[in-house]
Amino acid sequence: MTPNRNTRISAVVAFLTIVFVAVPVAISASGRFDLYYTLTSVALLSIASTGVWLTFYIGRINIGQGAYALMGGYVSAILVMNHGWSFWLTLPAAGLFCAAASVLIGLPILRLRGVYFAMVTLVLTEVARLLALALPITNGAKGIVSIPLPGALSVFGITLIPDFATLQNSRLAFYLLAVTLMVVCFAIMYRLVNSRIGKLCQSLQQNEELASSIGVNIAYLRVIAYAVSSFFGGVSGAIFAAISQSIYPSSFTVTDSVNFMLNCFLGGLGYVFGPMLGTLVLYFGWDLLFQTGQFQLLIYSGLMIVLMLVLPNGLLSLAETTRKKG
Amino acid sequence: MEQVIANGLYLGAQYALIALGLTLIFALMNVLNFAHGQMYVLGGFITYTVYGQLGLPFVVALLASGVTLAVIGALMEKFLFRTVIRRSHREESTMLLAAATAFFFDAVILLLFGEKQRGVPKIVKGVFNDVGIIMPYDRIVVGALAIVFIAAFVLYMQYSRVGRAMRALAQDRVAAQLMGVRVDRYSMIGFAMGAMLAGVVGGLLVTITGVNSGIGGPISIKAFLMVMIGGAGVVGGAIAGGFILGMMESVGLTVLREYGDVTYLVIFAALMVFLSVRPNGLMGKPWG
Repeated sequence: MTPNRNTRISAVVAFLTIVFVAVPVAISASGRFDLYYTLTSVALLSIASTGVWLTFYIGRINIGQGAYALMGGYVSAILVMNHGWSFWLTLPAAGLFCAAASVLIGLPILRLRGVYFAMVTLVLTEVARLLALALPITNGAKGIVSIPLPGALSVFGITLIPDFATLQNSRLAFYLLAVTLMVVCFAIMYRLVNSRIGKLCQSLQQNEELASSIGVNIAYLRVIAYAVSSFFGGVSGAIFAAISQSIYPSSFTVTDSVNFMLNCFLGGLGYVFGPMLGTLVLYFGWDLLFQTGQFQLLIYSGLMIVLMLVLPNGLLSLAETTRKKG
Repeated sequence: MEQVIANGLYLGAQYALIALGLTLIFALMNVLNFAHGQMYVLGGFITYTVYGQLGLPFVVALLASGVTLAVIGALMEKFLFRTVIRRSHREESTMLLAAATAFFFDAVILLLFGEKQRGVPKIVKGVFNDVGIIMPYDRIVVGALAIVFIAAFVLYMQYSRVGRAMRALAQDRVAAQLMGVRVDRYSMIGFAMGAMLAGVVGGLLVTITGVNSGIGGPISIKAFLMVMIGGAGVVGGAIAGGFILGMMESVGLTVLREYGDVTYLVIFAALMVFLSVRPNGLMGKPWG
């Protein structure tokens, strides 16, 4: 049962109101300005996670998003620091660079399936880290530090986005930037999944040989999906580098790659908005458990195991079962 | 040169034993056990406690590591993986569970044993120095023990009733069930054996490299590498993968020494090229 058009539009409007109006108002009322940073991270991580989700959608387990996030961060940092580019230009540049790299890497490795693909992408994350350590341009283990904040963006003399360094509250600015991008990314994803290409991707997930036999160009489709996924990873990595004003080889590691994957699982692999919910729950859960001190990881992983036992198809599957019953 | 080959063989023997456990679990359940490295660390810490702290004989410590991990593995299969596999729409969901158990083990190990690097007294003293090879005796003993364990495992899989049942299960789960193999029971035994192997290697290697709570993840990645080289879910592949990785590491560390710490970068790059030519590894089933 799909909700009808009106409820869907009102849900979107409600969501936009919450993230753009209600959250900033609530934060300035409560004075918890640190929450901006948390929410910004959630928004950015969910962008990277939705990329991973897209590769799940074509039936591949992707544990390599950390590699593209790292790559995106370095591309943006190097372009800003060494070549004097504006941050706003490096953002698409980082995404496109990652997408191009992922086409080159993806052409051979997308032939792999199942655990083989999962393990190769896991190794890819390690390769990215080792490369960042070994290459001269990335400055080794010291990383690239004191990257300037994003400057002003103006088109035809009209300032669209003010210089972040002159703002009183750059945290709010980063929050709005991240959330805007998140909304755009999920809109793209929703459109993609509900289009002809989305249906074709689903056919890949179910049976590649069958899809191929009725004339679906599977090699082309999976490279496209992987490139889109890596684009998202690169963009999110670039903004992370800008927020923390630094990037190190250890900025995105295997743990991050695994977390991106976990976000998708937790939200539910069958739902476009799964990664967003999964990221929110995992990130906030981790933050809330901070007070438990040394037991943080124990409780966190214990809860994750329990959640997996109770809801193995993701959090959003809960909504589906209640709807079926009701 | 002899030295490099000897080092490679020694590394390969222990790596192969690590990879065997992982590939066994994968073959039977189609589960990629992220927690394999953590199981290894746990085995190492148990041997450290029994042999290093309590002063009991090394054999007892090794047994304790193996038995504890086998019990843990059996319980994990029975209460966690079996349930999730039954309830989930997609079998990849077990990966989240495996990753969560890996985190869980990390937390438990950190709480119980702390973050310090731990070592135990040498089991055999002295150094072998002849025919151009220098190698401490304890490494030779551990390498030989690892080879003995590998041989025992292969023979057990080949000739025992349980081994036959597990091989049937790995080939075709449904057909095995139709022939009257008790699938649930042998899955549990297989998972327990895989976990036990991890624990035993951990116990063996704590005498040489020591153990600390942070090495679980890197060990898992190495085990994945070996399984990929040889082909997932194949016993021979895991052994071959282990020896190949051990040899590459040993040769790489010697040949590439002047270029800095790039051995693993080269190994990873070579692996990617290799896998794009031969996606199933050396002897893996198609689309494992």
